[in-house]
Formats: sequence, C-alpha cells, structure tokens
Amino acid sequence: MTTVAERRSVLPPRASSHVVAELLFRFRELGIVLALALVVVPATVDNHRFLSTTNVQQILSSTAIIALLAIGETVVVITRNVDLSVGSVLGISAYATGVLYVHHPHVSLLIVFLVAIAIGAACGVVNGLIVTVARVPSLVVTLGTLYVIRGIDGAWAGGNQVNASMLPNSFNKIGYGTLVGVPYLAIIAIVAVGIAGYAMRSFRTARDFYAIGSQPDAARLAGIPVGKRVFLAFVFSGAMAGFAGAAWLSLYGSVDAIAGVGYEFQVIAAVVVGGVAIFGGSGTVLGAALGALLLNTIYSALVVVNVSSFWSQAFSGGLLVGAIAFDRLISVRVAPALRSRRRVRV
Amino acid sequence: MGDGSVAEGGAPILLLEHATKSFGAVHAIEDGAIELYGGEVHGLVGENGAGKSTLVKILAGVHRPDSGTLLVDGEEAIFDNAKQSQAAGIAIIFQEPTLFPDLSVAENIFVGAQPLKRFRRIDGRRMRREAATVFDQLGVRIDPDRPARGLSIADQQLVEIVKALTTNARVIVMDEPTAALTGAEVERLFRIVETLRLRGNAILFVSHRLDEIFTLCQRVTVMRDGRHVLTQPIVELTIPSVIRAMVGRDMDALFPKVDAEAGRPMLRVERLTREGVFTDISFEVRAGEIVALAGLVGAGRTEVARAIFGIDRWDAGQVEVDGRRLTAGSPTAAMAAGVALVPEDRRQQGLVMDFSIERNIALASLDRVRRAGLIRRGAERNFARDWAIRLQLKYGRLTDQAWTLSGGNQQKAVLAKWLARRPQVLIVDEPTRGIDVGTKAEVHRLLSELAAQGVAVLMISSELPEVLGMADRIVVLFEGRVMREFARADATEDVIMHAATGVIEVAA
Repeated sequence: MTTVAERRSVLPPRASSHVVAELLFRFRELGIVLALALVVVPATVDNHRFLSTTNVQQILSSTAIIALLAIGETVVVITRNVDLSVGSVLGISAYATGVLYVHHPHVSLLIVFLVAIAIGAACGVVNGLIVTVARVPSLVVTLGTLYVIRGIDGAWAGGNQVNASMLPNSFNKIGYGTLVGVPYLAIIAIVAVGIAGYAMRSFRTARDFYAIGSQPDAARLAGIPVGKRVFLAFVFSGAMAGFAGAAWLSLYGSVDAIAGVGYEFQVIAAVVVGGVAIFGGSGTVLGAALGALLLNTIYSALVVVNVSSFWSQAFSGGLLVGAIAFDRLISVRVAPALRSRRRVRV
Repeated sequence: MGDGSVAEGGAPILLLEHATKSFGAVHAIEDGAIELYGGEVHGLVGENGAGKSTLVKILAGVHRPDSGTLLVDGEEAIFDNAKQSQAAGIAIIFQEPTLFPDLSVAENIFVGAQPLKRFRRIDGRRMRREAATVFDQLGVRIDPDRPARGLSIADQQLVEIVKALTTNARVIVMDEPTAALTGAEVERLFRIVETLRLRGNAILFVSHRLDEIFTLCQRVTVMRDGRHVLTQPIVELTIPSVIRAMVGRDMDALFPKVDAEAGRPMLRVERLTREGVFTDISFEVRAGEIVALAGLVGAGRTEVARAIFGIDRWDAGQVEVDGRRLTAGSPTAAMAAGVALVPEDRRQQGLVMDFSIERNIALASLDRVRRAGLIRRGAERNFARDWAIRLQLKYGRLTDQAWTLSGGNQQKAVLAKWLARRPQVLIVDEPTRGIDVGTKAEVHRLLSELAAQGVAVLMISSELPEVLGMADRIVVLFEGRVMREFARADATEDVIMHAATGVIEVAA
C-alpha cells in the first residue's frame, strides 16, 4: 500500500496590508480631492485673492487644456504605452488652426475643430503604426515624433505669429467666455471627461485597453486584437491633442512655433498623479483630470504665495516621482501577499 | 456511471492519433495519442520530457502538430491558434493561470465576450450575476467584483474553470493543476472536477502525482519519450505498473562511473531552508563522490543549487565547504571557497554567446591571464587552448563566437570555463540536457574523472538512467523537501520515481 506525502501550510495570511493597499487604489480620486484642499486652504489664508473669481477661472481654463490631453494620454498609458508627442501635436494643431483662420477668416467653428482633430489624429496614426507594425517601444517612437513634429511646426511657422486680432471673435470667445462663472473650456473638458469616463467603463473595446495593459500575453491568448487596439489608443490620443490645440489657441489668442512645449511632462504628471498606473492596466479618465486640476492648482498657489516658478517645476517633478513610487510601493505590498499564497505548502 | 466503464460504444468527444511534433532536431512528440469521452476524468502521466506539455499545447492550439489527426466530435480539427481551440469547446487550465490582475473577477471570466445591453454597452450587472451563479453551482465563494490581483493560484484556476464553463467548453484540460495548491485546495479542486464530470464534461488531468491520478481518474494514458505507451481503465492498473510503464526502458552503457574512494566531506548542506521554495534540506558530498539531486521539475533542485552557490539567499540552515561556512547570498564567497556551478541553461546563463570561445573559457579565471589589471590576449588564448584540448572541444577557431559551437560542445565550453578554476566542489545542473549521445558519454567520463581526482560533484539530473549510472548516492527531492536518500546499490528507477512523485513505499 501507499501513503500520500503530508502537506501543510506554514505562512500566516497577510490580509490586512492587502486591504489597505486596495482601499488606496480604489479611492485614489478621493485622495486627490483631499490633496486639493490641502493646497487651497493654506494658499487662501496666505493670500485671499487665491480664490478670486479671475484666479479660479484661470486655473480651470489652463487645467481644461491639460485635462483634454490627459484623456487621450490615459487611454495610451492604460495599454502599457506612453505618448510623449502630445505637446508637439497640440502645438502644430494650434498653429494650423491659426493659419486656417488667416487664410479663411469666415470658416465655421465646426470645420476648424474638425481640422484640428484630423491633424492630431494623423499624428496619432503615425505613432500608432510605428508602435504596432514596426514594434518599436512607444517611449522611443513618441520621443522621436515629439521632436519631428516640433521641427515641422518650427519650419512651417518660422518666426511668424498668429494674433488674436486675426482670429474671429466667435472663436476667441470659446477661450474667455463663461457660463454662470464657469469658463467654456472647463465645461468642454468636463463633458469630455464624462463621455470618455463612461465609455471606458462600458464598452468592450475600452475594456480591451485595460486587459492589454494588465497582461499583454493573456490578452493575446484571449483573442484580443492587441495591435489594433493599441493603434486605436494612439489615434485617439492624437485626436484629443489636436482638439486641445484648437482649444489652446482660443484660450491664449496667439500662436507661434513654441506652443505647448513641455506639455507632455505636465500631462504625464497629471495622469500618474491621478492614479493611472504607469505600467498600464488601471486608472480612470476622471482621476487623470483631477490630477491635472491638482497640479495646476499647485502651480497657481506657488505663484500666489510668491514662490519662484523654478520651484514649481521642481515641485511637480517631485510629485511625479512620488506618485509613481507610491504606486510601486502598493504593488510591492500586494505582490508578496500573492506570492506567499503561491507556495504555502512546504 | 461506474468507475472504469466509460461510455463504451459512444463516440469520443476528442480523439488525437499519431501526432508528431519536432522543435528543430528535438522530437518532442513522436507518436502522441489521446482519447477523451464525455463524463470521464482522464489522467495523463509520464516522466519529465515525455511530451505531455507539448500534447497539451497541441490541444490548446499553441503548437500545430507536424502530422497526425485530431478529431473533435468526429470532425477533423487542427488548430492554428488558441481562439480556434476555444471555439471547438476546449479549455485549458494552466498550472499558473494568466489572468488580468487589474480587472475584476467577473471581467476576467467574460473578457472579450461580455454580455451586452443596448448600444453595445457592457451589461455589468448581468455579468456579475452570471459569474456569481456559476460560482454558486460549484460551491465556491469568490466575489466577482474583486480584482484578480491577489487571488491565490487555486482561486485563479477556479476563475479559469468558470471562464471555461461560461464559454460552454466540453473538454477541460488541466495541466499540473495541483502543483501549486495546498491540501485543502486540492480537495476543493477534486470536488469541482467531479462536478464537471457528472455534468458530462471530459477532463484531461495531467499530473505528476500518481496518488491523485488514482483518486480522481477513470482512465489513464501513459507517455514515454514522446510516445503513447498505454491507455487503460484505472481499475486495471496499480501505481507500480504505471511507474513501470512510465520508466520502462533499458539502461544503456553510457555511464562509466568508476568507483572512487570517498574522502572527507567537501560540501555539507545542513537544514537549508528558503521560505516557500525548499525546506530543511540536508546532505553532504564527499571528495571523490558524485551525488545526484533527483526529483521532478519544480521539486526545488535547481533552487537548492542556486542557494548553495549564493545566487539566492537562504533563510535558515548553513552550507559548509571543506569545513568552512559559506556566507549566504554571495557567489563571490562560494567561488573563493572553490565551488563552481554549471547552470542548467547554457545559452542564457552559461556562455556569453557573442563572445569568442577563448574569452568564454577564460571568463571565470581572468586573474590568471591578467597582468597589472589588463588582460593579456596571448595568455588568454593559451589558457583557453589548454582547456579546450583537455576537454576535447571541437571548434573551428578559438576566436569564433560561442554560438558557432554545437550544443554538446557549448556544454563542454561551459565545463571548461569552470574546471579551469580547479573547483573543489562542482555543481552541474542538467549537464547532458539536449546534447548528443556521444558528447553525453564524454561529459559523463569527465565528471567521473573529476570525482576520481577528488572533486566533490553534485549533479542535478532529470534523466533517471543518468542518475543511476553516475551517482554514488541519490538524494530525491519532492516539493522542496528531501524525500529519501539512496545509496547506489539500493536505487532503482522504480523507487526513485516513487519518491519523486511523493509516494512512500511502506513495505520493502
């Protein structure tokens, strides 16, 4: 006869740290709102004009531009990729919008925005094709197109500038107009976040983005067309950057070859601070938009309390690293909980 | 349905015959066959490398067989990809499932096939409800809303099983499902497998653990060296008869181990433990001895070797080389004490493929070809040539890159690299895997000579004839523990296989 080797489990459960980590993951948005309060209250105490209508409207408008870019970036980052070219795409789209008005002063708003979106989407097609067909890492591809597109923009614009006086009032009004005190741009961004946020929860294609970023090999095994989806994410990000370019022009009124330089950093910082995992698979559009709001509020607060703008750069850089470190820490805490259960039997 | 009498007369759901599959020169399967009926749990057993995994991957659509027929419901079906296999109603539960850690359990189950409501929106409520229903039917408590991250392996397998059931899979293939489960989890899995069987599914259960096969299965198929050996109802078989079928080959005269006088203990491993990997490992290797670490893949053999050499840390216990304790987690200390490790994977860990042969051979002995911190090319070449001749390495020029060597000669080059350090303790991990018979014999002769010169050799091998032919003593690991230790005279393939599959003979 035979006996079976005895098996017993040795390690204690590690449920508690796991639960905490999960709570932090789930209520990331709440954390950002708390952080916002932590910035707003002291800044207002120091300088009561911080919460003045003008200042709040300025914060909301500049946040709106970053939030529009962050929506597209979120989708790309969720698929475990990154789009560094968004600032350059915004720049070329803004300049193209200005040039369009210079040549065709009476063109309709709809056409203007469609052209801006199309230019952005075309840039996204280039990024997406190189990433999915040539299989070059997106970090490299979009770092390249960041400079290529900026270079084309510079060659095209030369030293020229398009001013607000060359733009029709109906267009400029999008930038400065308000509805019950809320800037139009902020309303546009809120609507866009609402639609994108809902879509990311409700459609198979959108859930595929999460699946791909979460576990690319499993996604392939599950029959998800990984290449097509990643391509789509880049086209979407490009289109959003194109749209944001037209919005940017309406807000600032004049455009030259350096519009949107360095925006990629602000956008990625917003996305990461907003709880989108830099290695893909999780995060929400709402979180990214709130991340953008937090960062812009911080910039503004630092200005109001008379801190040099160099420090605000250092600060947002620190926040970016901090947010990623925080995410790593959480997954490092979750991973052992997973591993300890893998081989409990000794 | 009674045990053993499986739907005789009915047509099999799945029938694979005369399947072959080669990877380059390696014949993974030469004559694979499997026959599955609804309402049976069918065991698939065989030694390491018998071709079980390849057969599973053919069913999964991961590998396309080179020849052979596969019939599903009597219809010809050869799969080019995983999707076609799924569409034919076959679901594979791998040992370590690949779920999406960030998605919820329900989403993992329905990925790509989520129930939809108006405007093609995902019906989240229905998705959760359907997942919960299946979990209920199986009597399992998993919250469909929780993320898959952090689920135990056992629960992840269940999620995969539920996924299979929601896609109406009728053939469920489980590849070593119990290898990473606790006792209670295994019992739960068995209950679920029985439920599936009673629902009329066909289950192919691949396992190394014969006791499980005999508990769970109605019929068993044994594979050996890529060939189908037998398929029989379990009631006609006994554990020893299955083991004989798994092993059953002649010992060849490949193994010229000369008896050497065992000297003082050179390597002494005491109660070595690495949490979750291996526990309480104790053995010693004397000068002039070859000791084999036997066991199945995943038993912890390589992990023990890595710990001794200092690549991984250990949590408890100690390692002594020639009476001196080694520092944990320090390959430098191990090398200084005279330990050499020839790793399992020579391509990844043994050689730098783009370096020249001479550079590879001298790589671990740079202090001997160096003057004032600079490597002298001439000295390096002479050093390498010397060792290449001693090991009868067959090469074009010493300046050729290492990848130009054949597999067997690559292995010799790795050996040369470590022998050049004149180790006192030599650890070799699968020294003859994937090399031709002639070179194999040379490697065996070399190991034997080294032992005769007083080197303590620790050999990890999955090939039982090699273990029996070469080793003076055999330490069998099972799931990270020393199951038994045999002297050469007491060891047979049967007793080693029993120990390696976790079965202890009570009576001799």
